Parts: sequence; C-alpha cells; structure tokens
Amino acid sequence: MHELSLVADLFTIIEQQANLAGAKKVTKVVVSVGELSGVVPELFRSAFLSYKKRTIADKARLQLKMVKIKFKCRSCGQEITARNIRDESFSYVCPACGSKDMELVAGRDLYLEKLEIEI
Amino acid sequence: MEQKKKELLVLEDILGSNKKIAGEIKKKLEKHGILAVNLLSAPGSGKTSLLEKIGLKLKDNYRLGVIEGDIETERDADRIRKIGLPAWQITTHGACHLEARMLAKIFDQIPADLNFLFIENVGNLVCPASFDLGEGLRSVLLSVPEGDDKPKKYPEAFLTSQVLVLTKCDLLPYLPFDTDRVIKEALEINPHLKVFKTSATTGEGLDELCAFLEEELKQRLSQHA
Ligand SMILES: Nc1nc2c(ncn2[C@@H]2O[C@H](COP(=O)(O)OP(=O)(O)OP(=O)(O)O)[C@@H](O)[C@H]2O)c(=O)[nH]1
Ligand SMILES: [Mg+2]
Ligand SMILES: [Zn+2]
Repeated sequence: MHELSLVADLFTIIEQQANLAGAKKVTKVVVSVGELSGVVPELFRSAFLSYKKRTIADKARLQLKMVKIKFKCRSCGQEITARNIRDESFSYVCPACGSKDMELVAGRDLYLEKLEIEI
Repeated sequence: MEQKKKELLVLEDILGSNKKIAGEIKKKLEKHGILAVNLLSAPGSGKTSLLEKIGLKLKDNYRLGVIEGDIETERDADRIRKIGLPAWQITTHGACHLEARMLAKIFDQIPADLNFLFIENVGNLVCPASFDLGEGLRSVLLSVPEGDDKPKKYPEAFLTSQVLVLTKCDLLPYLPFDTDRVIKEALEINPHLKVFKTSATTGEGLDELCAFLEEELKQRLSQHA
C-alpha cells in the first residue's frame, strides 16, 4: 500500500522529462510493472488519477504493462517465465536440467517506459 | 495552431531514487566496516524480542546499534534502550515500509565505529521487500503461530533475503506447524537462504545465529580491508 509515494516519484520523473523535451502537455504515460514489484495496478491507477490534477499530465492516460516474473537457471542458462509465482503449481526447479539454483532476472522492476507529449 | 504529438522513450526506474540513496548508504557502511542487517517480518513475529536477546549476547564484544522502523510510537526503540543499546526510532506515519531516504535523514547520528547496525523494518511481510536500504544482510523472520504456508504466499521477502529465522519455536509442541515443509518451500524459492530455528523465550538457536553474524562480519571486514 505505498502506491501514492511511488506515483509521486513517477511524477518527478515525468516533469523532468517533459521539461527537457519542451513539452506543453503529457498525453500518455506508459509504465511497466513487474509482478513482483509489490505494486497493485488498481491502486497505482487511482493514485495516478488523483495526483495528475494540476500537473503537466492532467489529461494523460495511464497504460500499465505488466511484466512477468522470469527466472534464469544458474547451471544451464535456461530461462523460464512464471505464470504466477503464487500459483501452488509454480516450480522453482529448472525444467531443462533440474537445478534449483534459479536467479530472478525480471519482474521486480517498476519503470517509466514512454511518454506521449504535445510540443 | 496544430499540436504536434511526439513519443518519448524514457526507461527510467521509478524506484531509482530509493536505489540511489541505498547505494550511497551501502558505500558508507562498507567504508566504516559496519554490517547492517535488515529484519523483515509480519507484525508481531518477534523482531524486537530477537534483537533484545541477540543484543545482550553480542554487546560485550561488539559495538551495536538498532534502527527501529514503526508506523507510530517509540515503543520498540525504548525496549532496545532498556538493554543498554543505542536505538534510533523512525516513525513512518502511515508508510508501510522503511525507505532509504528515511535512513539517510538520521544517518549522521549513527556512530561510524559500530560493528553491527540492526534495522527493524515496519511489520509487514510484503512492502519492505521492494525497498533496498543499503543493508549488507537481509533477514526474514517467520514465527511458528503464523503458519507453515507463508513462504509460497509471500515469496518476495523470501526471494530477496539471505537469512530465514524461524521464531517462537518453543511453541512447536502446541501448534500444527511443519518445520520441514517451511524450510523445503523456502529453499525452493531461494536455495541460498541460511535457516535458523530460534526462540527468544528459551534461547534456542540464538548462539548459532550470533556465530553466523560474527562470521559474516569477519568475512566482510577482510573483503573490504
Ligand atoms: N512464545 C514466544 N513468544 C514470543 C517469542 N518472541 C516474541 N514473542 C512474543 O510475540 C509478541 C510480539 O513480539 P515482538 O518482539 O514485539 O514482535 P515484533 O515483530 O517486534 O512486532 P512489531 O514490531 O509490532 O511488528 C510478544 O508478545 C512477544 O512476547 C518467542 O520466542 N516465543
Ligand atoms: Mg518490533
Ligand atoms: Zn538448468
């Protein structure tokens, strides 16, 4: 439940980038959300909606791109994408070589990917 | 006048400001040879009780400090001060986790000659896992009354920790808690976890945990020397 403080950080980046590009308005914001980033998409969206008022992005649409959790096997290099890590059937064992030494390579991050601006 | 639309590729990490500050804290800690241990768990799993007990064991031979993260009150910091250790309380006023910038604000008060700096995070098994504090070790606590199904339900904390401390093991005779299952499932998520079975009430497992911490400190000091 810390989406509001994340959205505040997001807007700091949006305003910096928009200023640098000489934007008059930001019309779309694309954020990629790792499934393990701890972010609840609905809460992030509502925090965004209340925060955007009176900013350069007051009319902007928010697009959230969910990023799946991905592990890489440290033994053989095989990558596996997890459907849902909380799924009972989810296995942390490498399907190729049986090693249990899997490294998390995607799914923890929260990125501002793209902005659509009017200049 | 016609508006011109343009797409701007940004690729900026929204957690980046926390990571940057955490990185600065980590550098300072390493420079001073301080091993910081971030303790994560659900509310009431026994973080403060564990710190009281291992604090008493370590304090004769090491310089210790404790940062207490809570939503409100100085209660946990007061408990630590009672056993004669310096404690700094961070009250987050609603925030469900500690962030590196909160630590940075009080960092000047922390003596540079500490050996161990324990950081008790806000009681919450989910959110603190997303915020690096620059710690050298992250440890997740799971108490016997919480149940043996927790690692798979809250994988973030187990994935990002190096140490798992099972707490309140004195209650094992009274509760249906399958220790082997917990350890098996936790290691499936993170095979590098070092596991300790402890009780702050009986003292079980605390010597092993302290010996591990002392060894970690020694190794890091020789690495950064
Ligand atoms: N039986 C038993 N009870 C314990 C043990 N350790 C702690 N407790 C009890 O568990 C309760 C919570 O302990 P705390 O140490 O305050 O837990 P905490 O994780 O610091 O709690 P928060 O800071 O509020 O998240 C207290 O009533 C303790 O007495 C233990 O080893 N065995
Ligand atoms: Mg406590
Ligand atoms: Zn493999």
